[in-house]
Amino acid sequence: MPLIAEVFEVKKDDFVSAGEVSAKIKRTLKKLGVDSAVLRRISVCSYEVELNLVIHSLGGTIDFSVDQDGVTLLVKDCGPGIPDLNLAMREGWSTAPESVRTMGFGAGMGLPNMKRNADEFDIQSTVGVGTEILMKFHLK
Amino acid sequence: MNVAELAKILDAKVLNPEADTAKEVKSGYVCDLLSWVMAKGAPGTAWITVMNHMNVIAVATLLDMACVILPENIDIGEETLSRATEEDIPVLCSGKTSYELAGLLFAQGIPNPVK
Repeated sequence: MPLIAEVFEVKKDDFVSAGEVSAKIKRTLKKLGVDSAVLRRISVCSYEVELNLVIHSLGGTIDFSVDQDGVTLLVKDCGPGIPDLNLAMREGWSTAPESVRTMGFGAGMGLPNMKRNADEFDIQSTVGVGTEILMKFHLK
Repeated sequence: MNVAELAKILDAKVLNPEADTAKEVKSGYVCDLLSWVMAKGAPGTAWITVMNHMNVIAVATLLDMACVILPENIDIGEETLSRATEEDIPVLCSGKTSYELAGLLFAQGIPNPVK
Protein backbone atom coordinates (compact mmCIF):
# COMPACT_ATOMS: atom_id res chain seq x y z
CA MET A 1 0.00 0.00 0.00
CA PRO A 2 1.71 3.23 -1.08
CA LEU A 3 2.01 6.10 1.39
CA ILE A 4 1.41 8.56 -1.41
CA ALA A 5 -0.01 7.98 -4.89
CA GLU A 6 -0.77 10.85 -7.23
CA VAL A 7 -1.22 11.13 -10.97
CA PHE A 8 -0.32 14.38 -12.72
CA GLU A 9 -1.34 15.25 -16.24
CA VAL A 10 1.21 17.03 -18.45
CA LYS A 11 0.07 18.76 -21.62
CA LYS A 12 1.92 19.04 -24.90
CA ASP A 13 3.56 22.47 -25.55
CA ASP A 14 2.53 23.83 -22.14
CA PHE A 15 5.77 25.70 -21.41
CA VAL A 16 4.13 28.05 -18.93
CA SER A 17 3.23 25.28 -16.46
CA ALA A 18 6.31 23.19 -17.26
CA GLY A 19 8.14 22.37 -14.06
CA GLU A 20 5.09 22.71 -11.79
CA VAL A 21 4.58 18.96 -11.39
CA SER A 22 8.24 18.55 -10.43
CA ALA A 23 7.94 21.39 -7.93
CA LYS A 24 4.89 19.69 -6.34
CA ILE A 25 6.69 16.35 -6.14
CA LYS A 26 9.71 18.04 -4.56
CA ARG A 27 7.56 19.84 -1.97
CA THR A 28 5.76 16.61 -1.04
CA LEU A 29 9.00 14.66 -0.63
CA LYS A 30 10.62 17.48 1.32
CA LYS A 31 7.73 17.36 3.81
CA LEU A 32 8.31 13.61 4.15
CA GLY A 33 11.90 14.39 5.13
CA VAL A 34 13.58 12.74 2.14
CA ASP A 35 17.36 13.27 2.14
CA SER A 36 18.27 16.37 0.11
CA ALA A 37 20.75 14.62 -2.20
CA VAL A 38 18.17 11.95 -3.10
CA LEU A 39 15.55 14.66 -3.44
CA ARG A 40 17.70 16.51 -5.97
CA ARG A 41 18.17 13.35 -8.05
CA ILE A 42 14.41 12.80 -8.06
CA SER A 43 13.87 16.47 -8.99
CA VAL A 44 16.26 16.25 -11.95
CA CYS A 45 14.43 13.16 -13.23
CA SER A 46 10.92 14.48 -12.71
CA TYR A 47 11.80 17.79 -14.37
CA GLU A 48 13.48 16.18 -17.36
CA VAL A 49 10.62 13.77 -17.93
CA GLU A 50 8.05 16.53 -17.45
CA LEU A 51 9.82 18.66 -20.05
CA ASN A 52 10.08 15.69 -22.40
CA LEU A 53 6.30 15.30 -22.19
CA VAL A 54 5.83 19.01 -22.96
CA ILE A 55 8.35 19.13 -25.80
CA HIS A 56 8.14 15.73 -27.48
CA SER A 57 4.91 13.95 -26.58
CA LEU A 58 1.27 14.44 -27.45
CA GLY A 59 0.64 14.72 -23.71
CA GLY A 60 0.85 12.21 -20.91
CA THR A 61 0.86 11.47 -17.21
CA ILE A 62 3.34 11.20 -14.36
CA ASP A 63 2.29 8.63 -11.79
CA PHE A 64 4.12 9.48 -8.57
CA SER A 65 4.10 7.10 -5.64
CA VAL A 66 5.98 6.59 -2.41
CA ASP A 67 6.10 3.41 -0.35
CA GLN A 68 8.41 1.87 2.26
CA ASP A 69 11.02 0.96 -0.41
CA GLY A 70 11.23 4.26 -2.17
CA VAL A 71 9.87 6.67 -4.73
CA THR A 72 8.51 5.62 -8.12
CA LEU A 73 7.81 7.74 -11.17
CA LEU A 74 5.86 5.94 -13.88
CA VAL A 75 5.45 8.09 -16.95
CA LYS A 76 3.19 7.31 -19.89
CA ASP A 77 2.49 9.39 -22.95
CA CYS A 78 0.00 9.22 -25.81
CA GLY A 79 2.66 9.06 -28.50
CA PRO A 80 4.17 9.54 -30.96
CA GLY A 81 6.81 7.03 -29.73
CA ILE A 82 10.59 7.01 -30.20
CA PRO A 83 11.85 5.28 -33.38
CA ASP A 84 15.42 4.62 -32.14
CA LEU A 85 15.86 4.34 -28.38
CA ASN A 86 19.64 3.88 -28.59
CA LEU A 87 19.98 7.21 -30.37
CA ALA A 88 17.55 8.89 -27.98
CA MET A 89 19.60 7.74 -25.00
CA ARG A 90 22.80 9.24 -26.44
CA GLU A 91 24.02 12.48 -24.85
CA GLY A 92 23.69 15.39 -27.23
CA TRP A 93 21.12 13.71 -29.49
CA SER A 94 17.93 15.72 -29.74
CA THR A 95 14.96 16.01 -32.06
CA ALA A 96 13.70 19.20 -30.39
CA PRO A 97 12.54 21.85 -32.87
CA GLU A 98 14.46 25.10 -33.32
CA SER A 99 11.75 27.14 -31.53
CA VAL A 100 12.28 25.07 -28.38
CA ARG A 101 16.08 25.16 -28.64
CA THR A 102 16.08 28.94 -28.59
CA MET A 103 14.53 28.67 -25.09
CA GLY A 104 17.50 26.59 -23.93
CA PHE A 105 15.80 23.20 -24.25
CA GLY A 106 16.84 20.38 -26.53
CA ALA A 107 20.42 19.86 -25.33
CA GLY A 108 19.94 16.12 -25.76
CA MET A 109 20.63 15.56 -22.09
CA GLY A 110 17.15 14.72 -20.82
CA LEU A 111 17.06 10.91 -21.05
CA PRO A 112 20.77 10.48 -20.11
CA ASN A 113 20.19 12.77 -17.10
CA MET A 114 17.27 10.58 -16.01
CA LYS A 115 19.22 7.35 -16.40
CA ARG A 116 22.17 8.77 -14.45
CA ASN A 117 20.05 10.03 -11.56
CA ALA A 118 17.54 7.21 -11.09
CA ASP A 119 18.45 4.08 -9.12
CA GLU A 120 16.39 2.04 -11.58
CA PHE A 121 15.50 3.19 -15.09
CA ASP A 122 13.50 1.51 -17.81
CA ILE A 123 12.16 2.88 -21.06
CA GLN A 124 9.85 1.21 -23.57
CA SER A 125 8.57 2.87 -26.70
CA THR A 126 6.41 1.91 -29.66
CA VAL A 127 6.05 4.24 -32.61
CA GLY A 128 2.42 5.15 -33.11
CA VAL A 129 1.53 4.08 -29.59
CA GLY A 130 3.69 5.89 -27.03
CA THR A 131 6.53 5.80 -24.55
CA GLU A 132 6.62 4.50 -21.00
CA ILE A 133 9.40 5.35 -18.55
CA LEU A 134 9.76 3.78 -15.13
CA MET A 135 12.14 5.33 -12.60
CA LYS A 136 12.73 4.18 -9.03
CA PHE A 137 14.66 5.82 -6.23
CA HIS A 138 15.67 3.97 -3.11
CA LEU A 139 15.23 5.67 0.24
CA LYS A 140 17.85 4.83 2.82
CA MET B 1 30.51 34.49 0.41
CA ASN B 2 26.77 35.05 0.31
CA VAL B 3 24.54 36.30 -2.52
CA ALA B 4 24.35 39.88 -1.21
CA GLU B 5 28.16 40.12 -1.03
CA LEU B 6 28.46 38.64 -4.50
CA ALA B 7 25.97 41.18 -5.88
CA LYS B 8 28.23 44.02 -4.64
CA ILE B 9 31.32 42.50 -6.23
CA LEU B 10 29.51 42.01 -9.55
CA ASP B 11 27.98 45.49 -9.40
CA ALA B 12 24.64 43.72 -9.81
CA LYS B 13 21.18 44.65 -8.65
CA VAL B 14 19.10 42.10 -6.76
CA LEU B 15 15.77 42.26 -8.61
CA ASN B 16 13.88 40.52 -5.81
CA PRO B 17 15.46 41.59 -2.51
CA GLU B 18 12.64 39.72 -0.70
CA ALA B 19 14.43 36.47 -1.59
CA ASP B 20 17.11 35.17 0.76
CA THR B 21 20.37 36.91 -0.20
CA ALA B 22 22.15 35.48 2.85
CA LYS B 23 22.45 32.15 1.00
CA GLU B 24 26.00 30.94 0.62
CA VAL B 25 27.48 30.88 -2.89
CA LYS B 26 29.39 27.63 -3.16
CA SER B 27 30.09 27.52 -6.91
CA GLY B 28 29.57 29.32 -10.20
CA TYR B 29 28.40 28.16 -13.61
CA VAL B 30 27.64 29.73 -16.99
CA CYS B 31 25.35 27.96 -19.45
CA ASP B 32 22.13 28.59 -21.36
CA LEU B 33 21.12 24.99 -22.04
CA LEU B 34 18.73 24.01 -19.28
CA SER B 35 19.30 20.25 -19.33
CA TRP B 36 23.04 20.84 -19.38
CA VAL B 37 22.68 22.91 -16.24
CA MET B 38 20.45 20.21 -14.71
CA ALA B 39 23.34 17.79 -15.25
CA LYS B 40 26.12 20.09 -14.01
CA GLY B 41 24.62 22.49 -11.48
CA ALA B 42 24.64 21.90 -7.74
CA PRO B 43 23.23 23.25 -4.48
CA GLY B 44 24.65 26.72 -3.84
CA THR B 45 25.56 27.42 -7.49
CA ALA B 46 25.42 31.01 -8.76
CA TRP B 47 24.14 30.48 -12.31
CA ILE B 48 24.84 33.02 -15.06
CA THR B 49 22.44 32.76 -18.01
CA VAL B 50 20.88 34.93 -20.71
CA MET B 51 17.69 32.86 -20.47
CA ASN B 52 15.00 34.78 -18.61
CA HIS B 53 11.88 32.60 -18.69
CA MET B 54 10.02 30.62 -16.05
CA ASN B 55 11.96 27.40 -16.55
CA VAL B 56 15.21 29.02 -15.43
CA ILE B 57 13.59 29.45 -12.02
CA ALA B 58 12.36 25.84 -12.10
CA VAL B 59 15.89 24.54 -12.71
CA ALA B 60 17.43 26.82 -10.06
CA THR B 61 14.79 25.75 -7.54
CA LEU B 62 15.04 22.03 -8.20
CA LEU B 63 18.82 22.15 -7.75
CA ASP B 64 18.70 24.41 -4.65
CA MET B 65 20.91 27.01 -6.34
CA ALA B 66 22.12 30.15 -4.58
CA CYS B 67 20.97 32.61 -7.26
CA VAL B 68 20.44 33.34 -10.95
CA ILE B 69 22.51 36.10 -12.56
CA LEU B 70 21.32 37.83 -15.74
CA PRO B 71 24.10 39.57 -17.71
CA GLU B 72 23.99 42.62 -19.97
CA ASN B 73 20.98 44.14 -18.20
CA ILE B 74 18.68 41.43 -19.52
CA ASP B 75 15.19 42.02 -18.22
CA ILE B 76 12.96 39.45 -16.59
CA GLY B 77 9.16 39.34 -16.68
CA GLU B 78 7.12 40.21 -13.62
CA GLU B 79 5.57 36.74 -13.48
CA THR B 80 8.93 34.99 -13.65
CA LEU B 81 10.36 37.26 -10.99
CA SER B 82 7.47 36.66 -8.62
CA ARG B 83 7.91 32.90 -9.10
CA ALA B 84 11.59 33.35 -8.19
CA THR B 85 10.56 35.19 -5.04
CA GLU B 86 8.02 32.48 -4.15
CA GLU B 87 10.74 29.87 -4.56
CA ASP B 88 13.25 32.02 -2.67
CA ILE B 89 15.71 32.29 -5.58
CA PRO B 90 17.44 35.70 -5.71
CA VAL B 91 17.71 37.04 -9.28
CA LEU B 92 20.63 39.40 -9.96
CA CYS B 93 20.98 41.64 -12.98
CA SER B 94 24.21 43.25 -14.13
CA GLY B 95 25.39 45.38 -17.04
CA LYS B 96 28.46 43.17 -17.40
CA THR B 97 28.71 40.31 -19.91
CA SER B 98 28.62 36.64 -18.90
CA TYR B 99 32.34 36.54 -19.63
CA GLU B 100 33.10 39.41 -17.26
CA LEU B 101 30.81 38.04 -14.56
CA ALA B 102 32.39 34.59 -14.73
CA GLY B 103 35.83 36.23 -14.53
CA LEU B 104 34.86 38.06 -11.36
CA LEU B 105 33.46 34.91 -9.75
CA PHE B 106 36.60 33.01 -10.69
CA ALA B 107 38.83 35.76 -9.28
CA GLN B 108 37.00 35.42 -5.96
CA GLY B 109 38.03 31.77 -5.84
CA ILE B 110 34.48 30.49 -6.43
CA PRO B 111 34.90 27.00 -7.90
CA ASN B 112 32.99 24.92 -10.44
CA PRO B 113 29.95 23.06 -9.09
CA VAL B 114 30.69 19.73 -7.45
CA LYS B 115 27.88 17.19 -7.76
